Amino acid sequence: MAASNYEKFKSDGTMVGNVTEWIDARFPMTSMWKAHLSEYYAPKNFNFWYFFGSLALLVLVLQIVTGIFLVMHYKPDASLNASGVPVAFASVEYIMRDVPWGWLIRYMHSTGASAFFIVVYLHMFRGVIYGSYRMPRELIWIFGVMIFLALMAEAFAGYLLPWGQMSYWGAQVILNLFSAIPLVGNELATWIRGDFVIGDATLNRMFSFHVIAIPLVLLGLVVAHILALHEVGSNNPDGVEIKKKKDERGIPLDGIPFHPYYTVKDIVGVVGFLMAFSVIVFFMPEGGGYFLEYNNFVPADPLVTPPHIAPVWYFTPYYSLLRAVTYPLFGIDAKFWGVVAMGAGVVIFAFLPWLDRSPVKSIRYRGPIFKWFLAIWVVCFFILGYLGVLAPTPGRTLVSQICTVIYFAFFLGMPIWSKLDKCQPEPDRVTFK
Amino acid sequence: MKKLFVSLLLAPVLAFAAGAELHLDKAPDRSGDMAALQNGAKVFVNYCLNCHSASYMRYNRLKDIGLSDDLVRENLLFTADKVGEPMKVSMQRAEAKQWFGAAPPDLTVIARARASEFGSGPDWLYTYLRTFYRDSARPTGWNNTVFANVGMPHVLWELQGEQVMGEDHHLKLVKPGKLSPEEYDAMVGDLVGFLNYMGEPVGQFRKNLGVAVLIVLALLFVLSFALKREFWKDIH
Repeated sequence: MAASNYEKFKSDGTMVGNVTEWIDARFPMTSMWKAHLSEYYAPKNFNFWYFFGSLALLVLVLQIVTGIFLVMHYKPDASLNASGVPVAFASVEYIMRDVPWGWLIRYMHSTGASAFFIVVYLHMFRGVIYGSYRMPRELIWIFGVMIFLALMAEAFAGYLLPWGQMSYWGAQVILNLFSAIPLVGNELATWIRGDFVIGDATLNRMFSFHVIAIPLVLLGLVVAHILALHEVGSNNPDGVEIKKKKDERGIPLDGIPFHPYYTVKDIVGVVGFLMAFSVIVFFMPEGGGYFLEYNNFVPADPLVTPPHIAPVWYFTPYYSLLRAVTYPLFGIDAKFWGVVAMGAGVVIFAFLPWLDRSPVKSIRYRGPIFKWFLAIWVVCFFILGYLGVLAPTPGRTLVSQICTVIYFAFFLGMPIWSKLDKCQPEPDRVTFK
Repeated sequence: MKKLFVSLLLAPVLAFAAGAELHLDKAPDRSGDMAALQNGAKVFVNYCLNCHSASYMRYNRLKDIGLSDDLVRENLLFTADKVGEPMKVSMQRAEAKQWFGAAPPDLTVIARARASEFGSGPDWLYTYLRTFYRDSARPTGWNNTVFANVGMPHVLWELQGEQVMGEDHHLKLVKPGKLSPEEYDAMVGDLVGFLNYMGEPVGQFRKNLGVAVLIVLALLFVLSFALKREFWKDIH
């Protein structure tokens, strides 16, 4: 950050100047403003893909603000009311009907969950195609993977709260996975649930995780992610370091101050995003049964197992990895190895900076192996996601196994194939039309 | 490269596309048709609200479909004393479970819960309420083609009449009811329209508001784009 490199603001004698000087003598206001906005130099050639970082921040804020209002009316209570409906489920419908504008707040929050994953998946894809995880940005990337993990935990805990059938049975399936761990599994699963089945205790602790614990972790990681980014500077679609070519004042030749240039540009992205977001919120809040699952309009019933339990769409690729593993190994149940595969499928992203041995960062200068393998990998990711919402059949399991092998081969083979790839030379400066 | 990518992406979707197993009739669209929705409310209160609650729905919310508090008080307020109360039933759940094998579910959001890949929630309800048939093997004497071995008897049988399942697996009306088949379908259409409204009373307003929000955002988009262009003029 190098905040101390900046001089304190000297008052020009005006009222505003005096106040600024007074604050600057006690708090690094001006220097932080400069370090992170007005004198943070970002490459001038950011394209469409670079909207999703600021959009992820926007969605985080949206989720926190709407969440604050939801918590004012939501009741994490699994007991049945006089009409035989769980209080938690009824309180969501209370928000939808009796709380002024409650429906809008709730739809923004439920759509925001899916939007968060869409934005984050695209943000991660940007990092992969332009090599944004490469040295010196390994820690930014690792913080990012941790944000992704925290986001998954946050979404999982939040999905239990409406206490519908899918909330209940989805949580049942996922929390039961802990019981696959050898020796301590069953005790561990019971400890996590706080009961022998998913119940009021589980609902209350998931509420606590969802509104306090995980958001705190998430915010801390986001700050670390941005601080690390501003320390080393942003990558760009050409994957070349703008800091290598500086003018006589030490400012990168291809860098422009984040404020005002990228603040005004990101406003365009924000408004564009809000338009797409509004189409979902106002015209299809259920997202065709993928954003709000139909079966979740049925209150949780521990005695009625739905014929088909599908996780929400953003978990389905990883759910498919879990189900693809059907062979026991070393005398341990296949389910355990499925859990390992699912976890590895997420965590393996963190190792990308060391798996990738390509001489260039950006897809613009990488060779055909990368382009083809990445395209196939993305297709596999979509197929895994698609299969994750369907009930398994032998044919589907086979397809998901093939896709699982490709999924991991992309990462594990990368040290070899990324070296073999025929790359083009990188330019000295960024390309900007 | 891009074309190849798209075709790769589409291939598995085609390969996995499976034929529908449950055929549902398309429910008529009654949204915005106040007379039909009011008729649906009348049918709901008279026939459904004896066993099924709509416990998230307040009586006075019916003003959305043009029913004033006085109209509700005079015509529909059977299970509560005040129009501000929700539509509850007096039947005890434990007893109901003994009688029917399962307590009748709350119907407030049933039109949303019954949606599936086979059709919308209203489609399911519209088909379900028209496909009861006589089945002596069932304790109630009734069965249903979309909800096999359903616990509910055919509450609307007086209106529809009695259907039986033919050898050809098609339903035949063997004893006509008070309504002709066309009239019955229209009435069920009204009822399902009301259930659909009740599933999300704000639904119509939501869409209207959405149009206004999108217009404002579109204007904002043009403005923000112009602002960006102005600032970026000097970046080469």
